[in-house]
Amino acid sequence: MAPARAPDRLWFERIPMAWWIVVAVLLTMPLFANNFWLFQVMGWSFILGTIAVSLTFLAGYGGMVSLLQMSIAGLAGYMVAILGPSGTTSISLGLAWWIVLPAAFLIAAVFATLCGALAVRTEGIYTIMITLAIAAAFFYFTRQNYTIFNGYSGFNLVLPPQLFGVNWRDPAPFYYLCLGCAALCYGAVVYITRSPFGLALQGVRDNPRRMAALGFNVTAHRVAAHALASVFASVGGILLVWQNAQIAPGTIGIPAAIDILVVAVIGGIRRPLGAFVGAFIYVILQVFSPDILGTFGFSAERFKLIIGLGFLAVVLFSPDGVLGLWDRWRARRARRVDPLTGAPR
Amino acid sequence: MTLAAPDDRLTQMNSGNALELRGITKMFGALAAIADVTLTVRPGERRAVLGSNGAGKTTLFNCITGDFPATSGIIRFFGEDVTAFPPYERIRRGLRRTYQISSLFAGLTVMDNVYLACRGVSRNRYSLLRPRSDDALVHAAETLVEAVNLTAVRDQLVGELAYGQQRQLEIALALSGAPRFILFDEPAAGLSPTERRDLVTILTSLPSHIGYIIIEHDMDVALRVVESVTMMHNGRIFKEGLPSEIEDDPEVQELYLGGGHG
Repeated sequence: MAPARAPDRLWFERIPMAWWIVVAVLLTMPLFANNFWLFQVMGWSFILGTIAVSLTFLAGYGGMVSLLQMSIAGLAGYMVAILGPSGTTSISLGLAWWIVLPAAFLIAAVFATLCGALAVRTEGIYTIMITLAIAAAFFYFTRQNYTIFNGYSGFNLVLPPQLFGVNWRDPAPFYYLCLGCAALCYGAVVYITRSPFGLALQGVRDNPRRMAALGFNVTAHRVAAHALASVFASVGGILLVWQNAQIAPGTIGIPAAIDILVVAVIGGIRRPLGAFVGAFIYVILQVFSPDILGTFGFSAERFKLIIGLGFLAVVLFSPDGVLGLWDRWRARRARRVDPLTGAPR
Repeated sequence: MTLAAPDDRLTQMNSGNALELRGITKMFGALAAIADVTLTVRPGERRAVLGSNGAGKTTLFNCITGDFPATSGIIRFFGEDVTAFPPYERIRRGLRRTYQISSLFAGLTVMDNVYLACRGVSRNRYSLLRPRSDDALVHAAETLVEAVNLTAVRDQLVGELAYGQQRQLEIALALSGAPRFILFDEPAAGLSPTERRDLVTILTSLPSHIGYIIIEHDMDVALRVVESVTMMHNGRIFKEGLPSEIEDDPEVQELYLGGGHG
């Protein structure tokens, strides 16, 4: 449905130069970045961004702010640990990866659909409350259930399969794995927002009553959006369990659930790119603020204070996040004129 | 069982109507916004519903489409009992409506708005594949945008359109797919004289099998595009007749033309 105006330039000429530079840097990063940067900083940014982009899809395009995305990611991660091999051999079934991965996606999608069916009966703040309640219930369930979720200790030694003879937990392969998954999820969200389903989802966000008067089943559409968003969350959750090589209730606690919302809002919840920008900022702050805080005599845990202040600043001054700030800065620059001639610079 | 037969036959006979309301009542708390409204409209018939503000005209529309379900009564659409149907099921059967206050998707473009309307009454509402530029529904949307003279602004966000253009778009949404019966809620409100002329042209040039009910305060528009008139007052049907009869009726003039607009 993109305007079918005659494209004067080829498709690759229409992509701004900044994109080419970002893509080139991302693709060549293993050549100049150290392992800590590749595995911890970039790997985690992509994972967090992928989980957050599932919230962007629901909230930015569907108007449904759900705090369940981390729980859904966690459930997919748990399923990989439970169905596949792990260090907890008394529970883990040790099935092959080609059974484990589809099953993890499927179970997470069923869970998301059921929770979505509950959540879409509410609006606004009540959606946040009910999804928070389910997230909290799931967290305590995993902590207290020892037969399936192995309670407090969870699962360790959960490793990615050695496909094509590559150890996917080595920093460079894991970096490319995360980059590829994040790029696919980002591309999928961008593509879907212009599909009939995505357009209708935006219609449901803007004017649910009119959507019903155009023949759309608004409730079913919202539930379907929850199911679809679970796919992106599951990708992030499975990568997360491979990165940590373990999963425990702490991974899906309330702070983690709220962090996903914070990440999406800081980056800009109206656009898929915002999830990844927000995730990168969040990870950078978390990784480097202990050093900075230490020099001022604060303890390292205080980095949440910085995140919190940043979140407040974004909500107060730029509701469309860091990307919104960037847009406005560029618009101001474009409007600047030469003071002598009045011509645009 | 034999006693039920005449009723059945009556139903069969009445199924020839496009729209059939029997004893429709809508309560808001203790207030009856409309009370015991019984109305039949033939396929292709064009009717105006007149009445002062608060007479229950828009509530009647909301009951017909299911936006607000009726408290009691039966609604048949082309013979089918749709009383318990949600709005989208009624729309998929060929019912359409416009809103008195434009109810559009401000964050989407004109084309996207019309495309959504076409998609809503067709299959593959859940498709994740972007439509190709030669998609039949894209083409249908383009034709509709053309029909309401919005081609020049087809890629603009609807929130940025002029008021009159938003009213035109409101009508385009109601014409999407294959409508069988349309409810127009004050389509001329706030339009300029030129835009009103265009509106009359659009209404009178609709295919003859498409019937409609129009709520309109502008008599010049209303009485020129309909063949029958229903007067409502305080939530009840007060009078029915031909446009000429209603126009000359002293009671009507007292109640509506005189009283309402003093």
